[in-house]
Amino acid sequence: MAEAEKTPLITPEMKAQIGVEGHPTTLEVDKTMIRLFARAVGHTDQVYYDEAAAKAAGYRSLPCPPGYLGTPIFNPAGGGRRGPAEMGPGPQPSRPLRRVLNGGTEIEYFDDICAGDVLTATSHLANLEETAGSLGEMLITTNKTVYKRDGKVVAISTGTGIRY
Amino acid sequence: MGAKWADVSVGMSIPELKKNCSTQQLVLWAAGSGDFYQIHYDQDFAKGTGLPSIIVHGALKNGFLGQLVHDWIGNEGRIKKYGCSYRGMDMPNQDIVCKGVVTKKYEENGEKLVDVEIWTEAPDGRKTTPGYATVKLP
Repeated sequence: MAEAEKTPLITPEMKAQIGVEGHPTTLEVDKTMIRLFARAVGHTDQVYYDEAAAKAAGYRSLPCPPGYLGTPIFNPAGGGRRGPAEMGPGPQPSRPLRRVLNGGTEIEYFDDICAGDVLTATSHLANLEETAGSLGEMLITTNKTVYKRDGKVVAISTGTGIRY
Repeated sequence: MGAKWADVSVGMSIPELKKNCSTQQLVLWAAGSGDFYQIHYDQDFAKGTGLPSIIVHGALKNGFLGQLVHDWIGNEGRIKKYGCSYRGMDMPNQDIVCKGVVTKKYEENGEKLVDVEIWTEAPDGRKTTPGYATVKLP
């Protein structure tokens, strides 16, 4: 263990990726996906299902339920299924880590996001950390994604991934 | 009707939200979120990675916490920020109780804001998904 600690998991190539913006991804926000997302969570508020209820509550159309920020356009001919963070594996740690856990999520909202909106998301690696815990050596990766509508930032999400 | 800023006080609990995911709900979530990682619906795959069984998606619990806050504030309030950490696993067919306590009440840039500590609780009392939210209230 003492010897293993001498070589950091995080390589200079990985560190060089911090702050580098990925390619923008287009996300569509539509009524069907909002209803599916709301149904999957178990939301009961009519604003997520009924456009008249949404408009009566002051929204332009069905609003995004908390946690939903649009769906990347899927195309088997290319592009990532879930957006820029998964477009490529990028530089790998000095020792292989087999397992992945989702460490946490944060979303900051700057405006309502509603059905009909088209968002452009750009992600970057914000931080890398390595620690040793109950699962052994762990690499903690923080990614930030900025979501814009017509050039205006409407949300920023921060995701933490744990590899071990 | 959602919460009103004037009625909120530090230390008060917000109404609980009780969940219990069937495996069917996890499949529905996979479709809704686009997260098709097999540890959430394929028992053999999950066990092959060392897990005791399939587990509930962390992001679904994040969604539950979002509903907890939304149902409390209604549509006149807005979530400014919310997040959580995935500290412990939850299994399908077990209760996941979402709870929250007000930690701060303040005004900033003309907005009436409240901070809440939120979390999901497993049947054995573990806080599997601790988080926080900042909301704007009327």
